[in-house]
Amino acid sequence: MRHGVARFVTGFLALPVGLYLFYVVWPFLQAAGYSLTDWGGYSDRQQFVGLENYVRLFTDELIRKAFWHNVFFLVTVPLFTIALALFLAFLLNVGGREDKAGIRGVFGSGLYKVIFFFPQVLSLVVIAVMWQQIYRADGQGLINGVLMKIGLVDQDDPITFMYDPEPFLGVPAVLWWLLVIAVWSGAGFYMVLFSAAMQSIPKDIYEAAILDGAGRFHTFFRITLPLLRDTVSVAWVYLGFIALDMFALVYIMTPSQGGPNHASEIFASVINFNAFQKGQFGYACAIAVALAIFTILLAALQLRITRRERIEY
Amino acid sequence: MSTVTHTPGDQAGPDQAPPPDRTPGRGAAVGGSRAGARIFNGFSHLFLAVWAVMVVYPLLWVVMSALKTDSEVIRKPLSLFPEQLQWGNFARAWTEGHIGDFFLNTVLVLTGSVFLTMLLGSMAAYVLARYEFPGNRLIYYMFLSGLTLPIYLAAVPLFKGVYNLGVTLPFLGPNKHLMLILVYVAWSLAFTVFFMHSFFRTLPTAIAEAAMVDGASHSRLFFSVMLPMAKPGLISIGIFNVLGQWNQWYLPTLLMQSVAGEPKNQVISQGLIELSVNQGYRSDWSGLFAGVTMAMLPVLIVYIVFQRQVQSGLTAGVSK
Repeated sequence: MRHGVARFVTGFLALPVGLYLFYVVWPFLQAAGYSLTDWGGYSDRQQFVGLENYVRLFTDELIRKAFWHNVFFLVTVPLFTIALALFLAFLLNVGGREDKAGIRGVFGSGLYKVIFFFPQVLSLVVIAVMWQQIYRADGQGLINGVLMKIGLVDQDDPITFMYDPEPFLGVPAVLWWLLVIAVWSGAGFYMVLFSAAMQSIPKDIYEAAILDGAGRFHTFFRITLPLLRDTVSVAWVYLGFIALDMFALVYIMTPSQGGPNHASEIFASVINFNAFQKGQFGYACAIAVALAIFTILLAALQLRITRRERIEY
Repeated sequence: MSTVTHTPGDQAGPDQAPPPDRTPGRGAAVGGSRAGARIFNGFSHLFLAVWAVMVVYPLLWVVMSALKTDSEVIRKPLSLFPEQLQWGNFARAWTEGHIGDFFLNTVLVLTGSVFLTMLLGSMAAYVLARYEFPGNRLIYYMFLSGLTLPIYLAAVPLFKGVYNLGVTLPFLGPNKHLMLILVYVAWSLAFTVFFMHSFFRTLPTAIAEAAMVDGASHSRLFFSVMLPMAKPGLISIGIFNVLGQWNQWYLPTLLMQSVAGEPKNQVISQGLIELSVNQGYRSDWSGLFAGVTMAMLPVLIVYIVFQRQVQSGLTAGVSK
């Protein structure tokens, strides 16, 4: 019998583990190894250089830029997406009329949910190519076209969107425009998530609150929001990962994949730039390992913060 | 989601008791009065409608632009009503823009990869969740660690591995469907195993024991008893994987490259990126819009038909 179990376990695990080792684990281990060499990526020549690549990381102007841009997305993407999603969920679930049965969701909330969820099912590539056309820097683009028509933007001086490195609040404008896309595409999904969480809150809690004379704003801020804390912190962690992964938008939409003039570089695009355009593969691997460590630390930190908040409450 | 009934919220009540005492008057003034409620209701509708327009308008604009002539796209970029519907744009994008080939490749790859991901993922998750053996935790954490590591880190070694394998086994080399299937499966396993693992843990043991008493083998128990019981979880993770692999653009761009000069077997997102660059040079705007439309309409239609399942499937993926 024991023998049968061993054979069964091995039989079931062999293929998935084998595939995973070959296509996922092994490349990662190799990358960690290459990060200690000066390998260019094409030749067979490579020399062990120890931690030299990692030392170089700290003096690289481009990395510093990319780091701060990553931090920018890490803060703004979750912040704006969650704020907007919560606001939409709030309107959907408490915006309706008030009657004996309590406060209702708005009329047609099912339809709104279906529509708001649209961007979630579109691929990031479709979204990027679509927004490329919306953000066109001439009258043919959707936004410039509309603004020119109503006279807010001059024909000869359109908004340049992806070609605008000028800082706004200390951050290049192009990053703000990318942020708009991220929030646009994410808000609907998290709205649905929060809505579902709101609806699973027992009705009698609300009834008690209404009996005590609480209005809908109070009910929301004093009851719904605190009870949503867990869902919101999960959403925050997920959005953090998405923020680290803005590469698709940068890759497809910005000039020379991180431009103009490196104004929209993030970690991933710097790795791409060093590995495939400058031919410094060992160095690119070192950046990638640093990014992996950064990601893991961040995940651990987020878990810690959310846990501590829960104890405080 | 199941956590909302936890105690932290209940403790919040007594903690925060003083403020509500102070403010019932304001609460009633804002939310309680009839007129206030009506104004708020109107405001809700207004804001929700504005956001709905902001979501739908760009999509509609892309679809409608796909039905214009090129000169119309330039002359009247904003109009939502083409002077004459140019269905030919779709035909041109389908053949000359190779959207047809992209679709075929995507469907071929996804059919294999989603099926294999689900099968191998739930097999591994099941064994890890319900059998004790040395190395169990190690393998589980190995899969779990794949969730945090960035894919770009593995890019070049992965390409090298695939290239070298292709020298001995040509059907697993770059630009081959089977290779992309296996790579998709490997990269989807981390989340699939993680998700199904927690699902198999929750299934009752009594039924499994009964089946064993009746003389079912371990693999029969899995395929005829446990897998059917895990159907809700399989649907969730299935939707997640279909969308995730359909959206995958980095792996195909990296791996579906032509090595010996043969045409690339591109999948849809990869092809769309190239199309957006090429059509830009040729200024075939309507063709580009037609390509984007064809890439997004099938998913949107499937979503609208199965919206309840898709919404709950995807949100379950997050809240697990």
